This record gives sequence, structure tokens and C-alpha cells, in this order.
Amino acid sequence: MAAARRAPAWLLTTGALVGAAAVLPAAYLVVVIAGDLSAALETALSSRALETLLRTAALTAAVVLASIALALPVGWLTVRTDLPGRRIWAVLCTLPLVIPSYVGAYLLVAALGPNGMLQEALGVERLPSIYGFFGAWLVLTLFTFPLLLIPLRATLRRIDPQLEDAARAMGRRPLEVFRTVVLPQLRPVIAAGSLLVALFTISDFGAVSILRYQSFTSEIYVAYQSSFDRVAAAALGAVLVVAMLGLLLVSSRVRGSRPVHRLGPGTLRPTQPYRLGRWRWPALAFCSLVVLVAFVLPVGVLVYWASKGISTGSTSLSTVAALGGNSLLIAAWAAALGALAALAVAVLAVRYPSRTARLVERLAHAGYALPGILVALGLVFFATRAVPALYQTIALLVFAITIHYLPLAIGPIASSLVQLSPRIEEAARGMGRGQAEVFRTITIPLARGGMMAGAALVFLNAMKELTVTLILSPIGFKTLATDIWTQTTYGFYEASAIPALVLLAVAAIPVYLLSEQGAAPP
Amino acid sequence: MPRPSPHPSRLLAALLVFAAFLGAGCGFSTEDSGGGTNEPETEGITLYSGRIPAAIGPAVDMHEAEAGRDVQVRFAETADLAATLIEEGDASPADVFFAQEPGAIAAVAEAGLLAKLPQDVLDRVPARFRDPEGRWVGVTGRARVIAYNRDAVEESELPPSPFGLTAPEWKGRVGWSPATSSMQEYVTALRARYGDARTKRWLEEMVDNGAVSFPDNVTIRDAIAKGEIDVGLINHYYVAQAIAEGGPGYPVAVYFPPGGLGSLMLLTSVGVLESSDREPEALEFVRSLLSPKSQAFFTTSSKEYPLARGVEPDPSLSVPIGEIPVSDSSLVDLKELQGTIDLMKEAGAL
Repeated sequence: MAAARRAPAWLLTTGALVGAAAVLPAAYLVVVIAGDLSAALETALSSRALETLLRTAALTAAVVLASIALALPVGWLTVRTDLPGRRIWAVLCTLPLVIPSYVGAYLLVAALGPNGMLQEALGVERLPSIYGFFGAWLVLTLFTFPLLLIPLRATLRRIDPQLEDAARAMGRRPLEVFRTVVLPQLRPVIAAGSLLVALFTISDFGAVSILRYQSFTSEIYVAYQSSFDRVAAAALGAVLVVAMLGLLLVSSRVRGSRPVHRLGPGTLRPTQPYRLGRWRWPALAFCSLVVLVAFVLPVGVLVYWASKGISTGSTSLSTVAALGGNSLLIAAWAAALGALAALAVAVLAVRYPSRTARLVERLAHAGYALPGILVALGLVFFATRAVPALYQTIALLVFAITIHYLPLAIGPIASSLVQLSPRIEEAARGMGRGQAEVFRTITIPLARGGMMAGAALVFLNAMKELTVTLILSPIGFKTLATDIWTQTTYGFYEASAIPALVLLAVAAIPVYLLSEQGAAPP
Repeated sequence: MPRPSPHPSRLLAALLVFAAFLGAGCGFSTEDSGGGTNEPETEGITLYSGRIPAAIGPAVDMHEAEAGRDVQVRFAETADLAATLIEEGDASPADVFFAQEPGAIAAVAEAGLLAKLPQDVLDRVPARFRDPEGRWVGVTGRARVIAYNRDAVEESELPPSPFGLTAPEWKGRVGWSPATSSMQEYVTALRARYGDARTKRWLEEMVDNGAVSFPDNVTIRDAIAKGEIDVGLINHYYVAQAIAEGGPGYPVAVYFPPGGLGSLMLLTSVGVLESSDREPEALEFVRSLLSPKSQAFFTTSSKEYPLARGVEPDPSLSVPIGEIPVSDSSLVDLKELQGTIDLMKEAGAL
């Protein structure tokens, strides 16, 4: 690895600006905590907070492990084998990400809960309870493992097949090749993707509240909802930020420092897919099972509700179309901005590792570890004081959502940069190209896969974003997610099914294009 | 295997750009009850509403039509809006705050953000339905009741007050929602009437008796309807609405426990922001919410109790409003609420 080179000033400046923007919600917590430090410390260090933190940690670990266990086989099967219909499997396995976790939890309760659809179908008296740890674990795994799957597939496509060919030529069995050759190359992306899953799990409120698992966000909710204690809420939020820093540390340990890019010259050659042969049947069964539970089951409930909703005529299609347009607008802007901002952070962190670069990378994760309400309030605080003209405008809303989901784009981009040899960029520099030009003509095109994966992750999450949108949008601005919320608040689940299905349909387009991406030669 | 061009990533990028400009070109289609809203500077007022569109929309429309003024509404969770108002301070764009729960508006009032309402507005409702300091006024009332599954429980089996739900025959059959403010208001009322020791004992006995915690009232109601639990502590109108929609065959019924603090009236309420520069218009809107027409809408559509003097509750509300105790002023004292939360945590209910 080239020893710490100095980053160009424009890149450092951009990175610093991104880091400063992303740290705003955390800075707000500091301001509030400073107002009453002793009360904040008392809350943050209480045995109750610690106990809840441990419960959250247990859930997080379980969700991460299960997500790896799902994403790794699905990713490998859909990228590297001749599995029939692999692109469709990939799309179907990715789409659960766009289902808001509270909707997913409701759907699961409706399908698998007491007196739910499954119980009626089986005609049994009682099913094992899905409430508590098990239900929260199941829902969070099913609806967040695509956070790992998307960057994993992007990386799998860029793995040099020559190493595997060599290993195979030496007579290694496919599983052994996977373990000794492929897996080590996947370590960075598994570490990065798991971090995203873990951060989502610690900041989620929807699933844990419906499935009655008391996690850290429930405590923050209690602090606001019942006692309007902003100091307690901020103190608990700060604990989440500290937990996030710990997770980042673990993630970077797992990622390791070994370079995984190819050392040799030449371009990537299209990979020959593994022939599954008779293994295709268990492979298909596995994918079917995942898709059944994570996609068919929830969507089936939605379609059932929607058919009832249409018959009662409660939702107008033109309204839903307008809502879809608004969701698309916000998500597209956030995705584009998020990918660009994350590129600056990732290039700094991977290509110019330094204390500053590490700091920027860590700061940039702060907004994702916090529940939406704290991100929203942080921006309310700063915007009303610093830029009142922008308060509750589309611009501020997009800004808020971008910094909230920024880490989703940083991970995949950093992983794709780690896979690229810096020698290519160095060679271009050697030929007299300027740094900016190299960045534009070499780095960006080569990191494209990661940027697309990162943009897609931001897009899919922005599509379902709720709390920040409710607080910071221009008045009267509604999206599919806010409409789903409006309906479910009073228990009109049938009416919420149509916007939820439109949300899935709109999200399916970028997800499909993204899965096509791997099929084309780079 | 080569694929046909154009390259998907370019297609994707083009799609993103297209979507972004599509939205920008459409002026963000913000639909509001007031109609054309491309003009940011309106003559109207801004309402922060913790109540969803279905619960207040027609009342807002009525005022817009009568006053010829636009009312822009921001909808979100009541507690989130209260927290937002507190962060906004004097810079708040809101003129009026309509809260679903009493604690939220008390928090905003405590922060010094609500203007004192004129006497004619306060006098529209009886004194027990408004802030003693005149910063907010109740609009509708929701009663805390016991809901039960008619197929599993006879009304005659139900105890005279929720204290009776700790008996062995109710083990594992009761649902509640300790994290909701409505439940916490109820516990605060219990403390005021029976003292902390008795209240804590009840909470502990409920926990020991296997009371099932739900995140909100709707999930309790649906769990009773599905037979997951048999009875639940809930706000009356969630059931009343479901009966109105589901017809007489709906399996859940409500029971107003006659004994002690069996049921309790919780208020939805409005206040006018001190920082508003449209106070006369904002007050006119508050008056409109308390007009017989709006009050009649609230009670017929969402089956809540109207609080303005001289307005009759919906015929389906068989228990007269005077028989339901109301949370008195001490209940919206936030320090009391904090004490309730501490007590519930100690009892293991939260």
C-alpha cells in the first residue's frame, strides 16, 4: 500500500464539509446535554440504560449473523452461478428493504401472529409466539438483510475470476474455493454491510415497538412521548452514537488491512458462472424460502388488504400517483447527493488514510445511528437559528435525509475502492494527469458499481423515510410513507396497502436496473 | 455473457435525474385542503396537528369555507410536534397547536410558548376541560374504558374497576399500553386519587398477572378482536369507530367501569402560539373548532365527546359526560407525569 499520501485540498475540504453536515444531529445532542450535564449523565449511565443497551446489543448481533447467513448464499447464487432466474431472485430478495419496518412488523403479525392467516390456514389452536426477541429478530433480519446483499452483489461481480480459476485448476472443490479464495475477498464488504445492518437495528423503532421487544429506541421514545424530557432523550441518543463508534471499530477490525485488490495488470474478464447441476434444486428451494417469507408473505397480505381497500374505494389512484412522484423526487435527490458526498468520504478514507480522514468517516456515520426524530430535531434546532429561510423546504428535507442515510452509500463505495488497485490511479498520475482529472476519469468510473449500490441503498431507505419527512417537509407535502403512516395510525390497514404496494413498485425499477448492472461487462 | 446496451448504470442515473426534475417541474404537488398552494406566502394560518387528517380535515375545511382563509396543516405525532415546537422556539412557523394528548400541550405551555387565550374562548367549555392558566382549551374528550371480546366475556363478569383485573381469572387475558401517554395519564389520575403505594401495588399485580403490553390502543383493540386477549384498557372511541365501520357484528364492546376511577376523560386540546403574528386569525380558528357545527362533526365522525357547552354527544355514547371523571389540572403537571413514569418503571410495567 502506498504510504499515507496527502489528500488534495479540494478533496479534504469537501470531505470536511460532508463530515460537518453529517455531524449536525450529534452536535445538537451535545448542545442539549450541555444544558443539563448531570441529568444527562444520570440517564445515560443508569443501570436501566445499560440493561437496555445489552438487550439491543443481543438483538443486533443476532440480526447481523442471520443477515450474513442469508445474504452470502443469495448473493453468491445470484451473481456467480447459473441459477435459473437469478436476476429475478435478486430483485425479489432486495425489495423487502423498502417495506417500512413497522409495516413489515404488522404484516408479519397479520400473517404469523396469534389468530393470523397462517394459523387460520393450518387450523391449529396456537402457534409459537412471534412477539419479543424472536419476532423482532425475524422482522429486522428479513427487512434489513438487503442492506448487506446489495453491496455484496456489487463486490462479487468485481472479484477477479482468475484466482478462482487457478484454485479450481489445482483441483480444489467449489466450496473450498469459496472459503479460501472468495470469502477473504468479501471480508471488507461483509464488514461494511454488517455495519449498516447493525446501525439500522440499533436505530429502529417500528419493528421493536410492534413486536414488543424493549430496545434502546423504546427508551428514547418514552423520554419524548411521555415526559417530553429532551435532555434524557439526547443523553440516550448520545449513548447510541457511542455504540455506533464501537461498531465502526469492530467493523474496521473485521475489514482488516490486507489489500484485496488485484495486483496484476489487465482488465477483468467476464466470469464463467458456476454450473450448479443437480445442486440447483436445493439452491432454488433456498431462494424460494427466503423470497416466500421476506417478499411473498408480506406482499400477499398487502394485496389482500388492497383488494379490500379498492372495494371500499378509500384510496384514489391519482392521489397515490402524486404521492409516488413526491417520494421519488426526495429519494432521487437524496440518492444522488448521498452518493457524491459518500464518494468524497470514501476516497479520503481508503486512498488517503489519515487521522483527519478517519475522523471524517466516523462523523459521517452519526446521523444513521440515531432514530429519525433526533435527526429531525437537530436540524430544526440549527435551521431555525442559522438558515430560517431554508426551514421546512424541499432543500432542507433532502439535506436531512441525505445526512441521515449517508453511511449507506459510504460502505459500498469504500468496499469497491478497496478492491481497486491504487496503481491504476498512480499510473495515470505518472503520465502527468492532474489529481482532479484522475479522480474524474479513473476513480469515479471504476468505483461506479459501489456508487450505484450506495445510491440505491440511500434511495430505497429515503423512499420509506417517515419522521424526518413529517417534521421537515414543506407544509402540505406528502409522500407514500407519510400516507401509509396516516392510514395505519388509526388502524386503517386496508387503506395503507395501496400506497405500500406503489412504494414497492416504484422501488422495483432501480433495484431491477441495479441487478442488471452486474450482467453487463464493466 | 454480453448484454445489450444501453448500459444499466447510465439508465439508472438518467432515471434518477429524470425523477428529480420531474418532481421539481411539478412544483412538488403539495396537496392541501386549501387548494392551490404554490404560493408560499398565504393569508392563512399554520396549524401543527397531532391528529390525523381524517380526524380534523372536515373541521378545517369548514373553517376555510366560512372564514375564506387558508389553513395549512402539518400532521405528525403529537409528541414529535411538541418537541419540534420547543426546538423552534420563537422562530416557529406555527400559529396553532392541536394536541392529541394533554401532556404534550402542557409541555409546550410550560416552555412558555403558548399565548393566554381570551376569556370568551375559554368560556366555551366548562372550566374542568381547560388549562387553569388559560393557555389551552379542550376540544374533544376520550374516555379510558375496558374493552372486551363479546364472544369470550359477558359484561356482567367484568369487575367494577380496573383494580379488579388483577384477579386470578384474568391472568394473561388483559392487554394494556404502558408506553402510551393515555395510559400514563390514567395512572397519574390513580396516583392522585389513591396514592402512590396503592397505584404501584396495582401496577405490580397487573404485571404479575401477565398483562400483555401493546404499543398503542389500535393494537390492543385488534388483539381483542382476534381473540389474542379478552379484555384491554383502551380509549373508548377506537372501539366506537371500529363498530361504526365493522357493523353490529364487530366482536369488541366497551364497558365503562362504574367504580372508583373506572373510566377517565382525556382531552384533545388546542393552543395559540405566543410567537404567532396572526393571533386574531388563529383565535378565530380556535373558536371555529369549538363551534356547534365542528363539535357535532367530531362527535358523529370519531365518536368523541364534544366539550363545548350545549353540544350533545353522539347517541352511541350512552354514558353521560358528567359521569366520567376528568383529569384535573394536576394531571398535566409534567413533574407528576415524570413521577408516574418512574413509578411504572419501578413496578416493572414500563
